[in-house]
Amino acid sequence: MYGKGLRILSIATVVAMAAALALVFFYAPLEAEQGFLQKIFYVHVPLAIVSLCGFVLGGLLAIQQLRTRDPRWDLRSYVTIHVSLIFALGALITGSIWAKGSWGHWWVWSEPTLVSFLIVFLLYATYQPLRFAIEDPERQARYASVFAITAGAFVPMNFIAVRLSTAYVHPRVLGSTSNLPAPMALTFLVSLTAIALLFATLCMYELTAKHARAQLRALRRRLAGDGERGHERRPRSAAPSPPAGPGIPTGPPMPAGAAMPGSAMSGPPRPAASGLPTTGMGAPATEGRG
Amino acid sequence: MGALTVAELPALPLHTAGPYVAAAYIVLFALVLIYVAIMSIRLARIERELGELLEISEQPGAPAGPAGEQGATGRESRS
Repeated sequence: MYGKGLRILSIATVVAMAAALALVFFYAPLEAEQGFLQKIFYVHVPLAIVSLCGFVLGGLLAIQQLRTRDPRWDLRSYVTIHVSLIFALGALITGSIWAKGSWGHWWVWSEPTLVSFLIVFLLYATYQPLRFAIEDPERQARYASVFAITAGAFVPMNFIAVRLSTAYVHPRVLGSTSNLPAPMALTFLVSLTAIALLFATLCMYELTAKHARAQLRALRRRLAGDGERGHERRPRSAAPSPPAGPGIPTGPPMPAGAAMPGSAMSGPPRPAASGLPTTGMGAPATEGRG
Repeated sequence: MGALTVAELPALPLHTAGPYVAAAYIVLFALVLIYVAIMSIRLARIERELGELLEISEQPGAPAGPAGEQGATGRESRS
């Protein structure tokens, strides 16, 4: 389902990344003020832009989830924010390294761009704990969507507020690429494309893995004869549980005597009408978190 | 004021700037590498669980639905 086109996307990402690196180190000229240190610009700024766009995209996908109540939109929103958070971490670390080389400090608290980005990062760092705190999947999806929309709206407002502020130490990129020499602008755009492709690829990998896992869980349930009851006892997880999709057979369940080797389903069969709660196919609590 | 002062610092020479640039790019690749490693662990787990399901479907009394067919396909491919 999500795996379609993944190979092409992966190849395009690798090619774009290689092209970006080649342009950064062999084509883009050295900047007059910062010299070789300015090469960090080509990784730091795209990471920051893509992560912020990812946060906004997560909010847009969450709107779809609230409109349709389809858990797939929740999964997409979750994965987008999850990967954006990783990219934001990368932007923070590379920015700190750049600040140390350029300004002599790992962090400058008086710089609004840095501090505002940290605020956005910390805001989204609470997304996963929020999800984990809610056990009911429907409520989890609903609250997480509200959070994603609110925080997603905060990102551009924060961006505009920072740009309207009076400090001009932090280099301005958006709206001033025309000031860059053509080779630098080209290198920057290729780097931005490469990082955006990397983002899309990682999101697709994550979605594919989660979907495959959901299908496996559904198949396990069917083979063990738990039927739909398995859905009710989902292990607590911050990650949404996507629908298994049409690939899962809906035939008769396997006889209760069939044991699951290497899992909690091994051992004597439970009486079918014992009323004991199922354990989500014997999945340990960590299973759903993947 | 202090910020303006640090902005006017001269460019670092190549031998000084090099480690910083290398560190920034290593961070990016480390993040991607860690992510790929996590994905490979997940893939291994999925593969293991698929193997378990295959074993179950091969047991006598397993349903002859698509899961059973899957088991047959698995046997054929392994033989």
